[in-house]
Amino acid sequence: MFIKKYEVILLPLISVFAALLVGAVLIIIVGENPLAVYWVFFKNSLFSLNGIGYTLFYATPLIFTGLSVAFGFRCGLFNIGAEGQLYIGAMATTLVAIWLDGSSAWILIPICFVVAFLFGGIWGGIPGLLKAKFGGHEVINTIMMNMIAFALVNYLVVGPFHRKGTQILETDFIPEAARIPRVHDLIPWVPKTLPLNLGFIVALIMCVVVYLVLWKTKWGYEIRAVGISNSVSEFAGINVKRNMVMAMFIAGGFSGLVAVHEVLGYRYTFHDSFSQGVGFIGIAVALLGRNHPVGIVLAALLFGALNRGSLFLDLNFDDLSKDLVMVLQGVIILFVATDKLFKKMIGIKN
Amino acid sequence: MIAVRLKSISKRFGTVLANDSIDIDIQANKIHALVGENGAGKSTIMEILYGFYQADSGEIELNGKNVKITDPHVAIANGIGMVHQHFMLIPPMTVTENIILGVENPKKGGVLQLAKAEKKIQELSDEYGLQIDPKTKVETLSVGLEQRVEILKALYRKVDILILDEPTAVLTPLEVKEFFQILKKLKEQGKTIIIITHKLDEVLEISDEVTVMRNGKKIGHMPTNEATAEILANMMVGREVLLRVNKDKVDPGETVLKVNNLCINQDKKSIIKDVSFEIKEGEVLGVAGVEGNGQTELIEALTGLRKADSGTVLYKNKDITNMSARKIKEEKISHVPANRKAHGFLPSYSNADNQILGFHYLPQFCNKTGFFDFDAIESYSLKLVKEFDIRPPITNLPTSSLSGGNQQKLVVSREFSQNPKLLIIAQPTRGVDIGAIEFIHQQILDLRKKKIAILLVSAELEEIRSLSDRTIVMFEGEIAGEVNSDDFEIKKVGMMMTGKKL
Repeated sequence: MFIKKYEVILLPLISVFAALLVGAVLIIIVGENPLAVYWVFFKNSLFSLNGIGYTLFYATPLIFTGLSVAFGFRCGLFNIGAEGQLYIGAMATTLVAIWLDGSSAWILIPICFVVAFLFGGIWGGIPGLLKAKFGGHEVINTIMMNMIAFALVNYLVVGPFHRKGTQILETDFIPEAARIPRVHDLIPWVPKTLPLNLGFIVALIMCVVVYLVLWKTKWGYEIRAVGISNSVSEFAGINVKRNMVMAMFIAGGFSGLVAVHEVLGYRYTFHDSFSQGVGFIGIAVALLGRNHPVGIVLAALLFGALNRGSLFLDLNFDDLSKDLVMVLQGVIILFVATDKLFKKMIGIKN
Repeated sequence: MIAVRLKSISKRFGTVLANDSIDIDIQANKIHALVGENGAGKSTIMEILYGFYQADSGEIELNGKNVKITDPHVAIANGIGMVHQHFMLIPPMTVTENIILGVENPKKGGVLQLAKAEKKIQELSDEYGLQIDPKTKVETLSVGLEQRVEILKALYRKVDILILDEPTAVLTPLEVKEFFQILKKLKEQGKTIIIITHKLDEVLEISDEVTVMRNGKKIGHMPTNEATAEILANMMVGREVLLRVNKDKVDPGETVLKVNNLCINQDKKSIIKDVSFEIKEGEVLGVAGVEGNGQTELIEALTGLRKADSGTVLYKNKDITNMSARKIKEEKISHVPANRKAHGFLPSYSNADNQILGFHYLPQFCNKTGFFDFDAIESYSLKLVKEFDIRPPITNLPTSSLSGGNQQKLVVSREFSQNPKLLIIAQPTRGVDIGAIEFIHQQILDLRKKKIAILLVSAELEEIRSLSDRTIVMFEGEIAGEVNSDDFEIKKVGMMMTGKKL
């Protein structure tokens, strides 16, 4: 009974631990000492103020995309489109912020939040609509929407909105009024260079919102019902199609909110290819976090710490590169996806 | 001679003792019925014999020899076969392909020897009078014939002892007759048959011996000729059972539902043709018919799950044709679906959550901002759980953990408790034990007394007979006939079900 109760926490933990073991074997094979490697890893991501700051910084977009994927999952839909949705959200936010230059922060920042959510939402809602209307599979369609998004934002940043006088593929900077504070602005003794910003708090707030909506309201009740069984929901008079579209819209919206962290809080511009797969890692975060906001925060922190730690591998070890983290991420997912193995080991029957 | 001897078999699932030191002797070449309510442990002990589960303690003797049956392959190798309640067939494959699956045994360079297998299956089919063509695709077969394919599958594997789990649950009255013929033939040819069931009339008709189980214990064992339905029912439930409900006279009131010339087409085929009927307050209208003759589609049209192509549905003189499912619910029309698992409840939702399903948005359960009032839900659920005797009476337990009978009571509790004016009920007691059947029937009659109009679709003619005031019989999407409760004869209705006009 004890094990069953804590299965939710235990299984992901075992998966992570097992992945670190596999990683250790790999490290030994390439001729380094795993303990030394992991020490460097976690010293720089968890055991210093700066390290923690960066871990949280890297975790922030993952929380948004993790929520995005999880929200779709809860409605039975597999949102592979977080990457495209976050690009569209970020581009739209950047352009609107520039366009509204001269407005006060009190107007500009809320508008930017809404635009980020709305455009990400539309990008997610379209596959939702295609699914509801024509039964088009959301996996295929979100991937297609990714492709369109990549091409579209790339065109915009290379062409019409490219900042003049630079080789870097970026748009103009957004006005000061649209920028949200970094930790340094709030706690002055934190170094100014630390890019951790208010976006992290927004991400945590979104986790609370998701929790409340999904488990405390009639709308969340319907979304989860549709996720468990379309036919039971239909028999209960629930509008399955509308819930699907809504869920995909909201899922896309969370991805769009990556713009808050990236554009409003970090770079203040749309930087080409800024995401580096944050939308896809969000799938892993949702999976590891069991599609629950608390789990997503924890999983995002883990992946954030891995990201941060990886930067120090190249510096400290001749035979290792930061790609080790990708291996670790991959193995974690593999173990999470095949948790039957561990269930057997700790004696849980399905 | 004793073919199988089960010696003090015990099996525990978590906190539930599913089998408590069970001893059963199965005589060779006899039909042995294993009866008991759902959750009595009769399927469990047979799954143990079939090697699907391992007993925690106890021994199995086959023909006097101790055997360890570690998985179904071992069981089959020892001549034990089992036909499950849910068939395990692949529809697009032929009968032969399905039967040889897993024992293909190709000799010549990996090439399947289909013709040889076909011949053997044909011989087996002829020998036992199964009338199965090995070359037909399974998807074209009726449920009754699919069952025969399952039996052939066991025979092909040279099984001597055949376990059948609730074999008649899916069959029509006529198919049951034919099925019993097959069982007799199997017995003649020397097979030993164990049949798990809770239909007492069938036990009395077909079996030689009967063992009764209750709450994981063996309650009794007797030759069938010493048993009566009353004795068995009382042993199963552990108290006196009313096998027949008492129906008071209720004077029907105003017409509640009036269906006029309803037609539904699908893939250019007409599946509901010109169906018209009406139901008055306090009246139970039974709908009899072999499954797949339009009953499902009729209900779906009435409850907003399917569009009608022509005709009208009038509810209290209001046209509700093709309204949405939610709108129809809001008119106080409740629906207990035929398949509770597929349509009735969400397995991972708690009992409380399932008891508000479809009504969850009402102000009774959530405030204007959309947030649930969990106290209200909890007390509502607690009230229903008590009123409908749902066990265990725990509101936050996932519904998947309840037995079939209690799951059905849960669905019934939800649909009966929102003051319906019209109740549409399909197969209310399918796969439900005697105690729950009695309870649900009583609830239906209570609502009838409260002047509620009821449409009852059931494959159990006995159920329709005991509950309805009038009965319409459906055949190929049409109403083949109508009988009053006074002149309801199972035989006559059975004839109408096969399309024979009287």
